[in-house]
Amino acid sequence: MNFLPGIFNYLVVVFLMMAGFYVVIAQGNLIKKLVGLGLFQASVFILYITMGNLAGGRAPIVVEGVTAYSSPLPHVLILTAIVVGVATTAVGLALAVRIHEAYDSVEEDQIHAEDIAADEALMNAETTGREDGRR
Amino acid sequence: MSLVDHLPVLVVIIPLMAGPLCVLVERPLAAWGLALAAAWLSFAAAVALAAQVNGTGVISYELGGWAPPWGIEYRIDTLGSYVLLIVTGIAALVMVAAKESVASEVPEAKVARFYAALMLAFAGLVGIVATGDAFNVFVFLEISSLASYALISMGRDRRALTSAFDYLVMGTIGATFILIGIGFLYMMTGTLNMQDLAARLPEVWDTRTVRAGFAFLTVGIGLKLAMFPLHLWLPNAYTYAPSVVTAFLAATATKVAVYVLLRFMLDIFGIDFALGRMPFEYILLPVGVIGILSASLVAIYQVEVKRLLAYSSIAQIGYMLLGIGLASTTGVTGAILHLFNHALMKGALFLALAAIAYRLRSTSLQDLTGLGRRMPWTMFAIVIGGLSLIGVPATVGFVSKWYLVLAALEQGLWPVALLILLGSLLAVVYVWKLVEAAYLTEPRDDVAVQEAPLSMLIPLWVLVIANVYFGVNTEVSVGLARQAAAVLTGGAG
Repeated sequence: MNFLPGIFNYLVVVFLMMAGFYVVIAQGNLIKKLVGLGLFQASVFILYITMGNLAGGRAPIVVEGVTAYSSPLPHVLILTAIVVGVATTAVGLALAVRIHEAYDSVEEDQIHAEDIAADEALMNAETTGREDGRR
Repeated sequence: MSLVDHLPVLVVIIPLMAGPLCVLVERPLAAWGLALAAAWLSFAAAVALAAQVNGTGVISYELGGWAPPWGIEYRIDTLGSYVLLIVTGIAALVMVAAKESVASEVPEAKVARFYAALMLAFAGLVGIVATGDAFNVFVFLEISSLASYALISMGRDRRALTSAFDYLVMGTIGATFILIGIGFLYMMTGTLNMQDLAARLPEVWDTRTVRAGFAFLTVGIGLKLAMFPLHLWLPNAYTYAPSVVTAFLAATATKVAVYVLLRFMLDIFGIDFALGRMPFEYILLPVGVIGILSASLVAIYQVEVKRLLAYSSIAQIGYMLLGIGLASTTGVTGAILHLFNHALMKGALFLALAAIAYRLRSTSLQDLTGLGRRMPWTMFAIVIGGLSLIGVPATVGFVSKWYLVLAALEQGLWPVALLILLGSLLAVVYVWKLVEAAYLTEPRDDVAVQEAPLSMLIPLWVLVIANVYFGVNTEVSVGLARQAAAVLTGGAG
């Protein structure tokens, strides 16, 4: 079991990624979908931070006697990615709020049903409208 | 350094700055003016860049004076300058038409913010093309995507909201896949600069990490460009978005995604890896062909013209993937040409639909009846755009399909060539539906409809004329595409 500590982070990444991805696909609730999406993105953050680590490496500050440094670049990259993730969640939640205003629901099934009902109502209105015109 | 030296970054910075400024000025007219000026300035910069690349070769710009590969490099080569021209040119034209169309479709209080989002989406797309840094691609991709989710949600129909949400979920998954792919490449090479990546990757080709990175990138970019089985977000997004947004995104966003695919697969991984060591062509060819046929078939049964053209877009993307999958210089030339030509066609067609939506407040097929007499200029533009979509000689659609068929025959893949022609026949069917409705049915006399305003007709007809001009005078577009394709395929075959 010696290899476990070395890949522990990657196992966490894979678990989080798949859990998040599953939630996005399986859940019909828009908010839960966004939670899944956040989890999915967070797993990638851990992936990047893990790859920057060097066994026995120190923080990248020049100190006497230290020769191995961990790479700081992935941290910087992931700061950007975190900002992107926050922005995505914000836009997603804003859309969910607007969807709730328009449909009075954030459940995918119900939204879909309302769309179909609206379509049918429109078609009925059009056919009766045309019949009226003929008369 | 003079201003000219900063052109590679200015082309991105101008729209990026115009975005927040649009929010600050608040007044719709002023915001539109700003956006218009920014789009045209950006276009001028792209033209200057293209001339420069043509004269002196690849331009490399060191952001902040940090030398690559440590600093971020902006790198414009033939392919980049070509795509930049398309994106900025379409944006400049769409902006002209935007004023009236947006005023009629977006509530006045939101117009300034609408232009801000449009500018951000534009800046993101231009940035993807200009940058030479793999991580930058992800950041710009997210800038443009987040802005386009907001833009799509501003459609009048409430279904715009749900389609924007679906696009957000799928787009984020795609972008995150791209991020994972770039992470794997960084893991193996320790660099993010594209040229540096291309140089270092051959050493670590035969590792599972690189192969996994390749797979993640393919699927991620596939989601972004609406590659056939991953296209589900596109029809709704295009149908319910405001007309101007549809015209802009249809003509630019998927094109930029195709550019990213070309850049990553053929430039960074290199054709030897993508097509030699990975079965890239066995994925792209079937996906392309199935995409062409199935999307065209679905398009035939649509009653909403915007949705019809959206499905046709998916089919056209199939042609581009097919060209890349053929993996020869001719094939990639065809793909790049189709990228350019499709931007012209769909730009023209969706702008014409914007004009129709402006007058009729609807774009369903049954409301198009008799429009050939009511809006002759707009409808005639749709006819020419449709002919171009089919690939009739003397339009741009013919030129790119010619190259694709040629490339297929070169490799003895005559069934593929036949399927390309079959795709064109299907296009005849759905374009004919439009023509039939517009010209062969009596106009409905219950509504008074006039021709669209000049501010929409002029950009529309510029695109229509470009459709014909580049279909007859193929020297410039084919020359550039061939040059870019030769670089990508290493001048082989």
